[in-house]
Amino acid sequence: MPFIPHTEDDVKTMLHAIGVNSIEDLFDEIPQDLRINNLNPIAPGLTEMAMGRDMKARAERDAGLACFVGAGAYEHHIPAAVWQITGRGEFLTAYTPYQAEASQGTLQLLYEYQSMMANLMGLEVSNASLYDGASALAEAVLMAVRANTHAKEPRILIAGNLHPHYRQTIEALVRPQGIILETLPYNDTTGCLETSRPKIDNGDIAAVVIAQPNFFGGIEEVDGITDWAHQHLALVIAVVNPIAMALLKEPGAWGERGADIVCGEGQPLGIPLASGGPYFGFLCTKMEYVRQMPGRLIGRTVDQNGNPGFSLTLQAREQHIRRAKATSNICTNQGLAVTAATIYMSLLGASGLADVAKASHDHSSTLCKALTALPGMRLRFNSPCFHEFVIECPCTAKALIHTVLKDNILAGLDLSLMSPELDRCLLICVTETKTAQDINAYVQAIKRALQHLTSSLTVED
Amino acid sequence: MLIFEISAKGRKNHLQAPRLAPEAKDIPAHLLRRTPPIFPEVSELQVVRHYTQLSRKNFSIDTQFYPLGSCTMKYNPRGVHQLASLEGFLQHHPLTPISHSQGYLQSAYELQEILSHITGLSAVSLTPMAGAQGEFAGVAMIRAYHLSRGDTARTEFLVPDAAHGTNPATAVMCGFRIKEIPTDKHGDVDLNALRAAVGPHTAGIMLTNPSTLGVFERHISEIAKTIHDVGGLLYYDGANLNAILGKCRPGDMGFDVMHINLHKTFATPHGGGGPGSGPVAANERLKPFLPIPTVGYDGDHYYWLTEKDCPQSIGRLSAFMGNAGIILRANIYARLLGHEGLCRVSEYATLNANYLMARLQQAGFTLAFADRRASHEFIITFKKEAKTMGISAKDIAKRLLDYGVHAPTTYFPLLVPECFLIEPTETESKEELDNFINILMTILKEAKESPELVKQAPHTLPVRRLDDLKAARELDLTWHKSKKPEEA
Repeated sequence: MPFIPHTEDDVKTMLHAIGVNSIEDLFDEIPQDLRINNLNPIAPGLTEMAMGRDMKARAERDAGLACFVGAGAYEHHIPAAVWQITGRGEFLTAYTPYQAEASQGTLQLLYEYQSMMANLMGLEVSNASLYDGASALAEAVLMAVRANTHAKEPRILIAGNLHPHYRQTIEALVRPQGIILETLPYNDTTGCLETSRPKIDNGDIAAVVIAQPNFFGGIEEVDGITDWAHQHLALVIAVVNPIAMALLKEPGAWGERGADIVCGEGQPLGIPLASGGPYFGFLCTKMEYVRQMPGRLIGRTVDQNGNPGFSLTLQAREQHIRRAKATSNICTNQGLAVTAATIYMSLLGASGLADVAKASHDHSSTLCKALTALPGMRLRFNSPCFHEFVIECPCTAKALIHTVLKDNILAGLDLSLMSPELDRCLLICVTETKTAQDINAYVQAIKRALQHLTSSLTVED
Repeated sequence: MLIFEISAKGRKNHLQAPRLAPEAKDIPAHLLRRTPPIFPEVSELQVVRHYTQLSRKNFSIDTQFYPLGSCTMKYNPRGVHQLASLEGFLQHHPLTPISHSQGYLQSAYELQEILSHITGLSAVSLTPMAGAQGEFAGVAMIRAYHLSRGDTARTEFLVPDAAHGTNPATAVMCGFRIKEIPTDKHGDVDLNALRAAVGPHTAGIMLTNPSTLGVFERHISEIAKTIHDVGGLLYYDGANLNAILGKCRPGDMGFDVMHINLHKTFATPHGGGGPGSGPVAANERLKPFLPIPTVGYDGDHYYWLTEKDCPQSIGRLSAFMGNAGIILRANIYARLLGHEGLCRVSEYATLNANYLMARLQQAGFTLAFADRRASHEFIITFKKEAKTMGISAKDIAKRLLDYGVHAPTTYFPLLVPECFLIEPTETESKEELDNFINILMTILKEAKESPELVKQAPHTLPVRRLDDLKAARELDLTWHKSKKPEEA
């Protein structure tokens, strides 16, 4: 029997010890009218070999595209050692480290993760992970409402150029608690937040959410917005790309006092694209707000002999202790993805991470220049970008994407996802993984597609 | 030794980074980082050795018996992991057009169908990323249902006192007040207390069945009727689904919505605390409120269903579609087992639990519910030992670690004093169970003859008992350069 070790003799001996005649007798407390006897609508089992063939065929159907889409999930080179070590059974098949003495490996690794992540963000503390970037932002919003004692109402100002899926996720996760979500508009020319800001009184707003880079890849003037928010007694929540933070100013250094809560998607740090997950959300903050944090926290302490060791700490914030009064309902988080990220950050070091950031930025600038030299293609927003940018095409982005798919190129994201009037806009991402040849192949494919699309357009007209 | 403490200035892994990246001259200087983060500077071998050595300080299913109650620590098949890690799946961007996503979409769609058959509920959304998010989805759907009918008076959620801590925490996140329902002495929900608690304010109830007490809730149909009669709905916490696969279905019990823990019942790895996955299943009444995206099939192609298709949806719970890789693993596991294999899961999980329970009772251990059948897990209490010998459940748990067995869940559920919640799962052999029984008997003997040995345990692990009080009082959550190595 697959994965079940019992022999017939085992079963007989065990039933005898229990004092019943059959396994069926063990289900005699389930009322008869609720019983079913099979799951026959589900197909019979497959062998591992047959399953291998089936899944390989499926994987091949989805494979083979050169990926120039980012929009919240980024392709980076993942060193072989990352998943070789992460995949060890001792990391893969352990659970939440409740028994600290039997979990020192995971606990120390998480402490090292917290140290690196807090440092990367320029803040004092990091938790041990949340589910993903979007849900981490929702948790950050809830945390800010708890932490900001000056706010008259639980009102949040959210950057209008935030990833639309993040905005939808916050709506779903925080609305039931009566939190009011309003939008901070972006400028149509720069793609960045408007420099003229709404007039608000002290205590009107609990927190302001700023994305760096924003959804269009643009780099925000974060200092001014941070100081403006703080002057009005609002907290600042930064949503950032962790790779970008090796190059751009870390949130802890924004403005006079720095961002108060930093969160985002950890996937760029060594986690494969994998159809959208599992990734991990990170959340860092200042020490003064540590007791309002959601999720697991690892602390360093000593054992009864005075030797150093690690354990889950401040558990009185959590659901398994605090129940209805917990800071969040989160229990299982994304431990394994954090394991990979910790190994990734250790392997690259600060200078390696900065190289990845700079190379991504450089490759992205190269493609951007080449594309804007093509007839009819123009840069939609004029702010400096990190490794994503928006091109306005002479045709719909959808048509262009589908045309170059034939060349096995995933050209970018159709921004009609964001709003219908951006239907000619293509959000393109280039990371360190793309060579000069890849970039050239992309430009040639787009050139052919444009000729094809614009000539057929003329015929139709 | 921390990774930071084997760091040396200027050491680099050149292979791991692109070289000769130029400075970013087009970004204004005031937006650039001035001081690099303090990361370790170590060689690839140092990284590999450090984390390999750390991994060896962990207990895991691959290395130890891990009977952690309510967590279903069963074997995670290697073939499943390998096939879910095929390059075509790993390199697939979540926003790829559906023409180039059919392999993944088919796998997700099939899992939706399989979970629908298993639960007896008509529709499934796979997006919740863990059990607690599945709970959130389900309770938020119940809230949305009441509000869609203009029924704004339902402000209370009922939760039994034996429930997982996530249940009350979830209902609060959805804006409800909690009413706790007591348990009777047989481990069933106290029906009189339930009847007294329900009314026009009742939005619903959250229940686990079999409950966290390791017994099947026998009055479930009556509970369902009581709740439905006052206009409330029933949420099923799927943490214990492993116990009833192919034996009965939450949909038939009267539940309207539930979550399934793929990392428990469907054998996906627990990863040292995740990733999990908590798909949510609903009946026809709650189907329109399921979180997006879900996967549809027109007989030819698989495609996404989003807010345009599901205007009443509670919305999106993650940036993409949840823990896709875990969904893939659960699909492979379920199809490897097939319908017969899935039914066998509950049979052998229940056989193992009842065998362990019977043998431990014969050996003199005290069962919390001796007159009941065990589900896939059961509870023993050390109340007697605590009183007569001063030995706590924690002491015995720590001593188990010395014998190379992970401790069961301790001190949960909260209403049984000094308890172990023990879940052996179907993938453990009789020999492993017998060994566990012998170890527990040995520890009990030690507790009588040399109690300090047990009270001071563990003795053989990388660390002794940790000072949790110090950890919370003198918070040390990150490493700083200024800390001396001897403090590390």
